[in-house]
Amino acid sequence: MALTERIDVRGLSCPQPLVLTRKKMKELGAGTFEVIGDSATARDNIYRLAREKAWDIKEERKEDEFILILSKSKDI
Amino acid sequence: MGQENQILVKISAFFASKSGIIFVGGFIGVMAAILQHEGNPGNMGFCIACFQRDIAGALGLHSAEVVQYLRPEIMGIVLGAFMASVMFKEFRARTGSAPIIRFILGFFAMIGALVFLGCPWRAFLRLAGGDGNAVLGIAGLVAGIFVGTIFIKSGFNLGRTKKTYPLVGLILPGIMIALLILLIWDPVFGDDTNVIFKSTSGPGSMYAPLALSLGIAIAVGFFAQRSRFCTVGGIRDTIIMKDYHLLLGAIALVVAAFVTNIALSQFNPGFEDQPVAHNDYLWNFMGMLLAGLAFVLAGGCPGRQLILSGEGNADSAIFILGMIAGAAFSHNLRLASSPQGTGDWGPAAVIFGLIVCIVIGFTLREKV
Repeated sequence: MALTERIDVRGLSCPQPLVLTRKKMKELGAGTFEVIGDSATARDNIYRLAREKAWDIKEERKEDEFILILSKSKDI
Repeated sequence: MGQENQILVKISAFFASKSGIIFVGGFIGVMAAILQHEGNPGNMGFCIACFQRDIAGALGLHSAEVVQYLRPEIMGIVLGAFMASVMFKEFRARTGSAPIIRFILGFFAMIGALVFLGCPWRAFLRLAGGDGNAVLGIAGLVAGIFVGTIFIKSGFNLGRTKKTYPLVGLILPGIMIALLILLIWDPVFGDDTNVIFKSTSGPGSMYAPLALSLGIAIAVGFFAQRSRFCTVGGIRDTIIMKDYHLLLGAIALVVAAFVTNIALSQFNPGFEDQPVAHNDYLWNFMGMLLAGLAFVLAGGCPGRQLILSGEGNADSAIFILGMIAGAAFSHNLRLASSPQGTGDWGPAAVIFGLIVCIVIGFTLREKV
């Protein structure tokens, strides 16, 4: 299985986390990628973006960081 | 414990929602109008720039006698955000994203804001109070943010913050507690003169009761931390990605302040003789053009920078200190406007600030 692409938004100021996530969504169109981040604001924003663009989110937490696994099936 | 967590999760979900951001913007608007009614200067229930300028004056960093008061609103917002971030386990001491650049951005943002006479919050409050000059300021703000988004799209980036020692993130909340103690204690020297300067006339002499200002500001800081309220972010996200979430908060602020102003007979439409304002159209626009550009390069409006510093972001704290330094220079070097119009060197300082911000925008970038 190929490694899942990951973007790192740790420590970035607004609006970088959202801009990078959005760019990756556009680039892939569908599929799966991960976002690793550490700010609650970025996490909230990515959740909102995913809801708007109909991407599913799974979240893993480790201490102060989060990993969001975003996925969208190609069929729709 | 589990139940308590459930409640916190529900509160977080509300504030992260559309209703949440509208509630917070509306709350700030209503409370601003009330603070004005209870004593704050006209259309200045909240003004992050003006209030930091008043704090600079109270500490003797500038000697403009009409704008000196330790404004508890600033302390309350930072401390409210600090409380929310601790309660919701979001306090993170962080630093290292080009702090000196953030100081400079705060410095020039303040110079621009004091040429217009207000931060973005006050620009919206001035609009809600009927001050037509605010339209020029807001147009400048939008234009400045637009220029900033071009830099952001072409890779502008101040770099990443890094986790640091908790004390680093506690410094600005600590400074706010110290200022609050000074405000309440009001110490005197041996010859009975006050240590802290306090205006006896002008905007600095107009303020709502301390407990009211502080209480409201703590609530605003708390709510704004939860909802990530940011006026500059609202305009920025609308321009970059047609994301209207934060903008809804800013619109709610205007509408709520407008309605409350009507109810309290505080709505006075016009361009002439507006409170703490001038009607030099060009420099109202240009001042906020500079401020808007500096804010967007720094990642948010000054209210948001206060919130972030309450959450432990020491770079935002540096931005705040840059603003306070900018306020001192603004008045000492006569850059700030007054109701009579722009200061002697205000326009020149705005042009210089724009050049500095543009150089920063062009040079701090990663290839995209």
